[in-house]
Amino acid sequence: MTDLPATTTRKLGLVIDLDTCVGCHACVIACKGWNTQNEGAPLSDQDPYGSDPSGTFLNRVHSYEVQPESGPAQIFHFPKSCLHCEDAPCVTVCPTGASYKRVEDGIVLVNEKDCIGCGLCAWACPYGARELDAAEGVMKKCTLCVDRIYNENLPEEDRTPACVRTCPSNARHFGDFADPESHVSRLVRERDGFDLMPEQGTGPVNKYLPPRARDDWTDSSVLAPYLTPVAEEPRGFLGWLDKALDRL
Amino acid sequence: MHPAPSIIAFTTFSGLGFGLLFWLGVDPAPPGGWVAAVFFFIAFALAGGGLASSALHLGRPERALKAFSQWRSSWLSREACVAVAALGLMGLYAAFLIFGGLHVAPLGWLGAALSLLTVFTTSMIYTQLKTVPRWHSRWTPVLFLALSLAGGALLSGRVGIALVLILLSGGVQIWWWHTGDRALAGSGTTLGTATGLGKLGAVRAFEAPHTGTNYLLREMVYVVARRHALKLRVIAFILMVLLPVALLLLPFGHVLGLFAVLSHVAGALIARWLFFAEAEHVVGLYYGKHQTV
Repeated sequence: MTDLPATTTRKLGLVIDLDTCVGCHACVIACKGWNTQNEGAPLSDQDPYGSDPSGTFLNRVHSYEVQPESGPAQIFHFPKSCLHCEDAPCVTVCPTGASYKRVEDGIVLVNEKDCIGCGLCAWACPYGARELDAAEGVMKKCTLCVDRIYNENLPEEDRTPACVRTCPSNARHFGDFADPESHVSRLVRERDGFDLMPEQGTGPVNKYLPPRARDDWTDSSVLAPYLTPVAEEPRGFLGWLDKALDRL
Repeated sequence: MHPAPSIIAFTTFSGLGFGLLFWLGVDPAPPGGWVAAVFFFIAFALAGGGLASSALHLGRPERALKAFSQWRSSWLSREACVAVAALGLMGLYAAFLIFGGLHVAPLGWLGAALSLLTVFTTSMIYTQLKTVPRWHSRWTPVLFLALSLAGGALLSGRVGIALVLILLSGGVQIWWWHTGDRALAGSGTTLGTATGLGKLGAVRAFEAPHTGTNYLLREMVYVVARRHALKLRVIAFILMVLLPVALLLLPFGHVLGLFAVLSHVAGALIARWLFFAEAEHVVGLYYGKHQTV
């Protein structure tokens, strides 16, 4: 049945640090690379070398500009994949039971053998975390690299999602949110981690860390006072040129 | 949302078909013989054909039978189960009428109730989605049921009832449009809450994650022809409500009746196209869309 479990033993998920993400998209490529050739149907591309390429990805990086009330605008790179919600709306809408949330670790998965490709789970997800594969006709989503994290054939340091393993700026963290002393739980506590679209009531497990507060924008350089323009009014030749041009 | 022709046809025609089945089921003096055969054929062609066309939009239609299994949690599964039960019961009721000349009234009532329940479950598939604020309204089931009952009354030749119900469903449609236009702003979901960056300042989508298109954009961030929405609403309303009502007010004849039906169905199809094409999915916010609020 596609009922959600009342509780899960563990709550595995990601913390994404918007302060340190540099927007390199390495996590996107690592995700696609691992998940297209391991567990489940490959992540197909359509017209990959043509004029209108598109394809299935489980992780995508947006970029946003934020204009504060004062000070310059800031750019944030914003990786987004399945948030493995506690109250996952994608699970309960599924008519076949293909979409489910695991009791043991809270990972939301799709049983591809049962998926009829109706697309309703993708409609129910506010985050755009699910994409219907055009070649396979089944729904694809982040598995939290379930075939890596428990895989004893891999060296221990590789038993983490491909996106986390590859991130060069340490902006992605993987762990168990049910354990209050875990690395991810502490990060969320210390850095005021937040939910995406809390008003949708999905209870996302993945959390995002806000950018660290910056120092004052105005004292950006000790040399700044020496770089202010010396002459407010042009004099000499430039002054003559200015007046001559005005008279024209 | 992407207005897939198969889903527009499915929801419109199955709504009409189950509406017709409702009126055939509750008729205290139902037709028999050939007349009944024609009525039930139309109803089953619309309801069953609509259901069959919905299978066309599946990625894996060969596994469609699995969709009957999750009726405890999924509105889509409930719809499949109730639709088959309604068609089965009404088929039995029709067989008794046509071949036995027998009117088993309780069977008709039960079939009629299940027919309406089918339309309700269809509407709940859309109503349940918090991600599409325009649909997430108690008025969506009212709209689907009103249109189904009105169309069914029209198809079954109940001129007086059809007149009232068409006007009523027209009123519900206008109210649904009116509330729907404010639904996204009222939902509280913005690019600020979607990114969590709204606390820092005004958020603007700076760069998309991909230069091309993708499934999300094709399926949920459909924007083409929204600028004609108002004109299409007027056309839909004239065809679906005003013209059929005018035709029904004229001295009734089968030709005028046929025109009323065709006009109503054409208008309902346009209105249903708008139902999808105008619906804003909140994922569009991540792509910098729907930012009029």
